[in-house]
Amino acid sequence: MDRRKLRDFLGTKLMLVVTVAVSLLFFSIFFLLLFKSLFIFEQHSLAEILFSSSWNPGFNQFGLYPIIVGTVLVTGIALIIAVPISILSAVYIAEYAPKKIRKIVRPFIDVLAGVPSVVYGLCALLFLVPLVKDVIAPWFGIETTGYCILTASITLAIMVFPIIISLCVESFHAIPLSLREASLSVGATKWETVKKVIFRASAPSIISAVFLGFGRAFGETIAVNMVVGGITRTPSTLFSPGQTLASLIVSAYSDMMSSPLYESALMMVALILFIVVLLFNIFGIFILRRAKKRWNF
Amino acid sequence: MSTECRIQIETKNLNVSFHGHHVLRNIDIKIPAKKLTAIIGPSGCGKTTLLKSFNRLLEIQDDVKISGQILVDGKNILAPRLDVPDIRKKMGLLSQKPYPLPMSIHDNVAYGLRIHSNKNKGEIESTVEHCLQEVGLWNEVKGRLHDPASRLSVGQQQRLCLARAIAVEPEVVLCDEPTSALDPLAAQQIEKLLLKLKKDYTVVLVTHTLRQAKRVADHVIFLYFGMVIEQGPADEFFNNPKNPETKAYLSGEIS
Amino acid sequence: MELLNKRTLEENIFKILMMISISIVVGSLIIIVALVIINGGPALTLELLTQTSSGEFYLGAGGGGILNAILGSLLLALPATGLACIIGIAIALYLQKDFTHPWVAGFVRFSLDILWGIPSIIYGVFCFLIMIYLGMSASVLVGIIALTLLEIPIITRYMDESIKLVPIGLKEGAYSLGSTKFETAVKVVPRQALPGILAGILLGLGRGIGDAASILFTAGFTNRIPSSLFDSTAALPTMIFQLSTSSLPIVRQKASATALVLLLIVFTISILSRTLSKRYMKYVIK
Repeated sequence: MDRRKLRDFLGTKLMLVVTVAVSLLFFSIFFLLLFKSLFIFEQHSLAEILFSSSWNPGFNQFGLYPIIVGTVLVTGIALIIAVPISILSAVYIAEYAPKKIRKIVRPFIDVLAGVPSVVYGLCALLFLVPLVKDVIAPWFGIETTGYCILTASITLAIMVFPIIISLCVESFHAIPLSLREASLSVGATKWETVKKVIFRASAPSIISAVFLGFGRAFGETIAVNMVVGGITRTPSTLFSPGQTLASLIVSAYSDMMSSPLYESALMMVALILFIVVLLFNIFGIFILRRAKKRWNF
Repeated sequence: MSTECRIQIETKNLNVSFHGHHVLRNIDIKIPAKKLTAIIGPSGCGKTTLLKSFNRLLEIQDDVKISGQILVDGKNILAPRLDVPDIRKKMGLLSQKPYPLPMSIHDNVAYGLRIHSNKNKGEIESTVEHCLQEVGLWNEVKGRLHDPASRLSVGQQQRLCLARAIAVEPEVVLCDEPTSALDPLAAQQIEKLLLKLKKDYTVVLVTHTLRQAKRVADHVIFLYFGMVIEQGPADEFFNNPKNPETKAYLSGEIS
Repeated sequence: MELLNKRTLEENIFKILMMISISIVVGSLIIIVALVIINGGPALTLELLTQTSSGEFYLGAGGGGILNAILGSLLLALPATGLACIIGIAIALYLQKDFTHPWVAGFVRFSLDILWGIPSIIYGVFCFLIMIYLGMSASVLVGIIALTLLEIPIITRYMDESIKLVPIGLKEGAYSLGSTKFETAVKVVPRQALPGILAGILLGLGRGIGDAASILFTAGFTNRIPSSLFDSTAALPTMIFQLSTSSLPIVRQKASATALVLLLIVFTISILSRTLSKRYMKYVIK
């Protein structure tokens, strides 16, 4: 056979194999985690795991409820903080900022996105923990070590800013100038145009950005682990220490080798994490794709 | 025989630059009230820029420099510290491609009303109906007022944009080649509407088809490479052009 | 015509809120950089950069440096990025319209998007499980594999996006000169897509150097410089993680110094990515 043709054929088939392998990667991850979790499902029912409130592997107790609460609190509050700040920042960058300021701020956002999560954790440790302990908590009359839900939430919020901001800015820019002109020409102010036209037109993108940000926050492990306190009890206030699903995996890592049941439990936690993040991301991507098709960006 | 008519818009020494390009040079024009003035000239000569300077829409882009005066009813709208949305309210805009707002047909027309006036729901609805009737859309959409505007055909969307513009009772209607994206039938409908409108509003129409200008214009301004070459009443302009460039353009030598 | 009314007031309130928001965002980065510099500066000595850590390192002043972490990071991230590039370009080229059905390509891109969003700890756990199953222990090799998996979605997506932007006329020109699909894919297309591809590679590299969760279980941790693929190794992120759990301020300073080194590396990569992209833009035909 012609050498060129052979090379072509092999090359193409190789590309196909690689592509298939990578595409099926997430199936592989899912099934491996599922397989490894089966053990603990034999011993404890799903309801028991999700809703009982003591996590005490040494005593064969695998109640995830406190950790689920911790995760929901940390992620939820992080997004409550991050979403308004991010959207307002994105509006500023896309609609109000003079060109010079825009040129400076965009790289800031990109750089913020590139900071490794362990560095976020370290800075939270150095700055936020004392801040919460010595300034914020006393203001509410509460005592705390500073390693708590609130600290983890604030840290996560900052990590999520770049994702939401850059997606929103991209979608605001995709809206044609003429649509803004249409609104302004009937005498609307810039802010009214933003409120009534731009937000409406980019609603799907904004929602998708929030979903993707949520997925990122939910799965963030290292930074949260460094400041959340690592106590597997249901937090009573925002200033109580807590634990999240992702952070638990790291905290328990060294211990899990001690028993196969423990290991299986942690694999189940990983599976839950994987599924939740997957669902949020799928949803977010789906909405984003439709928005991209509509406005052509 | 020239009729005594009020000047609605007048520019004095208007200069506009975009990113350093001097797009409009020393523009001195007068636009009569309640007449249809056509701004004609080859593509890319600044016609749209001139149009959008009238409602101060140019400044929303980066790197725009505007100098000179634009007098609307005698007042300079380029003066500092003016309420720009208020200025814009007096001018309606019809763009080349229709841009319905991302909302229902009814809300598109009601958009400006809700911002500017304190009318209650009933009053708004009747104004919406009135405007849609003015543009000849009412019968086509009265059963589906709350459908998204995007579902209308291009010609219908353009008429909707016109209804939206007149809902806030402007004095001037600015039209930027409003028929260029439309099929001939829809284009004809728009032209008829413009002729109807000029009884109540001052219409400024940018067009690059001479034939359209001949059909509808009362007054003509010829723009070439950012400069005003000639302006005047339509029949004088078309039948007795004074400038050599005007003659060249009218005869099709330059386009 | 001056009017101060409710609408202007609302706009002004929101303008202030916007300024506050953007200040918070920009301020966060400034605080992060400042913290790392101020806290880590004093500990950033030549000794820190050129010696490996020892037991004492974690317990107080003195006792070595982070050389093992620096080398470890390079040893893990560079091969991982290389592997991810090879795999990435194979996939990205294959995704071009000439090779596949549109919906196959759609499915592949979708799974890449999903893989992009998977938390890095999951990649770590996945490789950890396979590692245990195969009877291996935490080592450079497993760490490289984990990082490769992490980087593949990032790099592939950038490559895919850049290649997609190659105008079809360019490819047609190549075909009309007698090139096969494969040859065009491999010789003509990548040049045009170069800036985007470079940006993606460097972004992936930056991620690989900075990520801790994926290598925590898979690369292990040690004070020595690894001597083979099967030794475990420290890396900058895991070193920071270890050092910051200490309650001694001096050790935390070392953590900050390490973080400073890591940030410098990541920022350099980011700036490099930007300048290289701009430089190669001149080859790109618009």
